[in-house]
Amino acid sequence: MSATEYLRVERLHAFYGESHILHGIDFTVRRGECVSLLGRNGAGRTTTLRALMGLTGRRTGSIMLNGREIIDMPSHRIAQLGVGYCPEERGIYSGLTTEENLLLPPRVGSGGLSVEELYEMFPNLAERRHSQGTRLSGGEQQMLALARILRTGARLLLLDEISEGLAPVIVQKLAEVIRDLKSRDYTIVLVEQNFRFAAPLADRMFVVEHGQIATEIAQDELAGRMGELQTLLGV
Amino acid sequence: MADFLGVPLPALLGQLMLGLVNGSFYALLSLGLAVIFGMLHIINFTHGALYMMGAMLAWMASAYLGLGYWWSLVFVPIVVGAFAVVIERSLLQWIYKLDHLYGLLLTFGLALIIGGVFRHFFGVGGQPYSIPPELTGAINLGFMYLPKYRAWVIAVSVVVCLATWYMIEKTRLGSYLRAATENPALTQAFGINVPIMVMLTFGFGAALAGLAGVLAAPTTQVSPLMSSDMIITVFAVVVIGGMGSILGSVLTGLGLGLVEGLTKVFYAEASSTVVFVVMVIVLLVRPAGLFGKEK
Repeated sequence: MSATEYLRVERLHAFYGESHILHGIDFTVRRGECVSLLGRNGAGRTTTLRALMGLTGRRTGSIMLNGREIIDMPSHRIAQLGVGYCPEERGIYSGLTTEENLLLPPRVGSGGLSVEELYEMFPNLAERRHSQGTRLSGGEQQMLALARILRTGARLLLLDEISEGLAPVIVQKLAEVIRDLKSRDYTIVLVEQNFRFAAPLADRMFVVEHGQIATEIAQDELAGRMGELQTLLGV
Repeated sequence: MADFLGVPLPALLGQLMLGLVNGSFYALLSLGLAVIFGMLHIINFTHGALYMMGAMLAWMASAYLGLGYWWSLVFVPIVVGAFAVVIERSLLQWIYKLDHLYGLLLTFGLALIIGGVFRHFFGVGGQPYSIPPELTGAINLGFMYLPKYRAWVIAVSVVVCLATWYMIEKTRLGSYLRAATENPALTQAFGINVPIMVMLTFGFGAALAGLAGVLAAPTTQVSPLMSSDMIITVFAVVVIGGMGSILGSVLTGLGLGLVEGLTKVFYAEASSTVVFVVMVIVLLVRPAGLFGKEK
């Protein structure tokens, strides 16, 4: 294992009940790196993140996080090792205010952003801190879902489709935030349908197909392999 | 002597006071049921048995150990809560993924077993449990005599219900509870140990039932049969208030106690059925209950 390797996923299989969704996912993420999982709908990208968090049914294979095997851990133990998860459906709680949503995830490490820094990063959330979480607009909810895992000191961020269904100006804002996080040395796994959003941000891209990694494309190979990537993604 | 619609005022107020005392028990019990249902999605049929256990343990502590009311008030809820935690860890935790019906069947069976065990050892005869000396007697309010113990029951119930509401709605622990109720999997993925919270919630709801049992002991005949009447009314309260609604169960509990009290004054024959008449009307108008959210 290289010294900078942060996450190593090997032969990861995952099931929902009888459905076998992941068929041996293999990839690694280095510390401070931003990788993107691309692929068509139903390829298994979201399930990969859910399997990393322990949110699927049965899982087999190996997930090494910072040198520790987490495949058999319950999800709260995984989170406590410094993993922040932003689910595709955003998961804003309707029974909690914006601020309660923001303060909900307990600290899992040192060096998280303070509430003031987060309100500075996302001024809309400060304005609406006392509103019910689900009364926020789609873009604000996405910012809230992202902001609340930046407070906890998590160093590995698993972000699922954060640009989905949002206005271009908000997508741009999120891209800025991801760049900012990269400069702060966060390790990021970005699951994206929108490869125009992910491509400029990711150091490496993995294309997921039929529950496996079909190919890996580094940022500097992107220009030369664009045709191949577009065929794989069907765009 | 003043009258109200032909009923002497002291009699009316007396019945209202009794109604409020009954309502206090309804509130405490339905609050526990609501907290448990919200978190575990289990309709806890052992609740009546836990209430009976609370009263029986208070009587046993006094008869066998010489421990008085105040000791029981503190320790019996803890014992009942711990007993519930054992049930949750050994039995309930395995059925959360199944249909709600299984939780209902399992807890119903457990209620029968607990009731049976107590009947086997103590029979069905009522045991007397006296009011602690500090709370005997009555206060003269000028227009009526208020027995101290009844005032105490109402006060404890209101304080406990308010404290529970505050804990759930206004504190950080409460926000964990609300989050875990709404989306347990995601809440756990944020690093919160949801299974432990579920266990403690069940223990807490059970402890409330145990507390209600201790409070009730001096007001009634303590016997293994005391749960049956109470629990049916309490389930009606929960349904009227709206399943899982904290505030709804408390307000509905107190309100229905008053309605029962009033009915005793004006048409006593209907007093034991009035709660169910209210339930029918409420369900026709608001199927999710007075404070429940439509799904």
